[in-house]
Amino acid sequence: MALELPIYLDNNATTPIDPRVLEAMMPYLTAVFGNAASRNHSFGWKAEAAVETAREQVAKLIGAAAKDIVFTSGATESDNLAIKGVAEMYAEKGNHIITCPIEHKAVIDPCKYLEEKGYQVTWLKPDRTGQVSARQVAEAITDKTILVSIMAANNEIGTVNPIAEIGRATRQRGVFFHCDATQAVGKIPIDVEAMSIDLLSASGHKIYGPKGVGCLYVRRHGPRVRLACQMHGGGHERGLRSGTLNVAGIVGFGAAAEICQRELAEEAVRLAALRDRLHQGIVAKLDHVTLNGHPTQRLPGTLNLSFAYVEGESLMMKMKDVAVSSGSACTSASLEPSFVLRGIGVGDELAHGSIRFSLGRFTTAEQIDYAIEQVVRGVTELRQLSPLAESAEGSTGRDAK
Amino acid sequence: MPYSDKVMDHFTNPRNVGSLDKNAPDVGTGIVGAPECGDVMKLQIKVDPDGRIVDAKFKTFGCGSAIAASSLATEWLKGRRVEQAGELKNADIANELSLPPVKIHCSVLAEDAVKAAIEDWKRKNGRATEPPAAGADKP
Repeated sequence: MALELPIYLDNNATTPIDPRVLEAMMPYLTAVFGNAASRNHSFGWKAEAAVETAREQVAKLIGAAAKDIVFTSGATESDNLAIKGVAEMYAEKGNHIITCPIEHKAVIDPCKYLEEKGYQVTWLKPDRTGQVSARQVAEAITDKTILVSIMAANNEIGTVNPIAEIGRATRQRGVFFHCDATQAVGKIPIDVEAMSIDLLSASGHKIYGPKGVGCLYVRRHGPRVRLACQMHGGGHERGLRSGTLNVAGIVGFGAAAEICQRELAEEAVRLAALRDRLHQGIVAKLDHVTLNGHPTQRLPGTLNLSFAYVEGESLMMKMKDVAVSSGSACTSASLEPSFVLRGIGVGDELAHGSIRFSLGRFTTAEQIDYAIEQVVRGVTELRQLSPLAESAEGSTGRDAK
Repeated sequence: MPYSDKVMDHFTNPRNVGSLDKNAPDVGTGIVGAPECGDVMKLQIKVDPDGRIVDAKFKTFGCGSAIAASSLATEWLKGRRVEQAGELKNADIANELSLPPVKIHCSVLAEDAVKAAIEDWKRKNGRATEPPAAGADKP
């Protein structure tokens, strides 16, 4: 059978909706249209029942109690609610927040916003693999610390943090732990109890659910976390997030979580094997390729590579039938290369030549083999064009700095 | 990235890729940009005794439009007199390739590379201080 092009290897950006998820959603986009807050008729009851089922499905995936799940519009909203909600609620207790400069912008920007408002933020420097240690966190905690926000897994490089250890350290010191687990949930086991997580952000569209829906886990017991709500209105979601519930989206998120719950163990093994096949296939044919991120503590489907002497945007143009992302400045509106790669000490030259491959549920071995061919061909052609490759070989001196 | 057909054409089939002997007296070499910035262009011209550019080569590390801009510049240089070549403006390259605003710096880099190559050739041939006026390049 002919390979269908283009190939999608950008699953950390977003995932397609699983057909099983769409099927679960369809009734709520058509016949069952009620408002989950309508308490006086069956239209509302049906919608509410569907939302509560989804709440249980999502909770189960992260080892939480269903009542601790607050549905939101996505992980960006969840991050904002967690960080600004804690900061505002516990302003009397302290003004210190601990996070990391390679978090998602949805964590970084609320923290910067709070800095402008007078809060103190400690930005823990990750190591060269992208990890932050529990020890770093413990050493940064002061009696003014009200929140630690550390991601479970990085979106660009896939590095997984020692979340359980960080959770132990924060719990021991009585500081709330927020974990942006958007890239980790559904891909690796996440358990808010075992990992002592107090607040956790997740998103539907990263796990084959729809866009525009996510959740914030807000621990109610041991310890109880209180938040200042960021969206005032009808008092939905325990008063933490007003607004008519996105019933169809929530049902889809629940169905997606339920499928992940069932298939995670097997899928993680399958994806890691495909990811390693891609990595091995590329380095077998190309020199001067470096891995960005942790060699082993990494999401099963994420592979971030830098190709020396080659610029990322031009490489993506060469392999135009393979959809990936790059840390090159040329792919963004700014002139700076990826702040994540810079944050873990990758030089700008190699950051410009980085490509993120993120595999997913619908990635096949045939697609991986095609991607290997395209990458090898593209890099080889561009290196023939590159004055940097030429000067590295020593055939011509390079005058430029 | 919605590039024009001309960018895609030069990117897919770059003209005049390669290197000339940078130590040869009739070759001028310009290398501009920096790897940390994601763009390095090496552009070379070979000039005959009459001051006519008989060959031009390039190698570029950079995005698609940087590669296209250098390819176009070499195409444009070949057959021109050195003093004419110095008149090449980045806007000509940007217009010809319909570069989007964020890519204008690629055309600037190409202009800089052309100028640097001409300067290098002039330096080798003892003309660095002379103005690029007509007749000034007669031996």
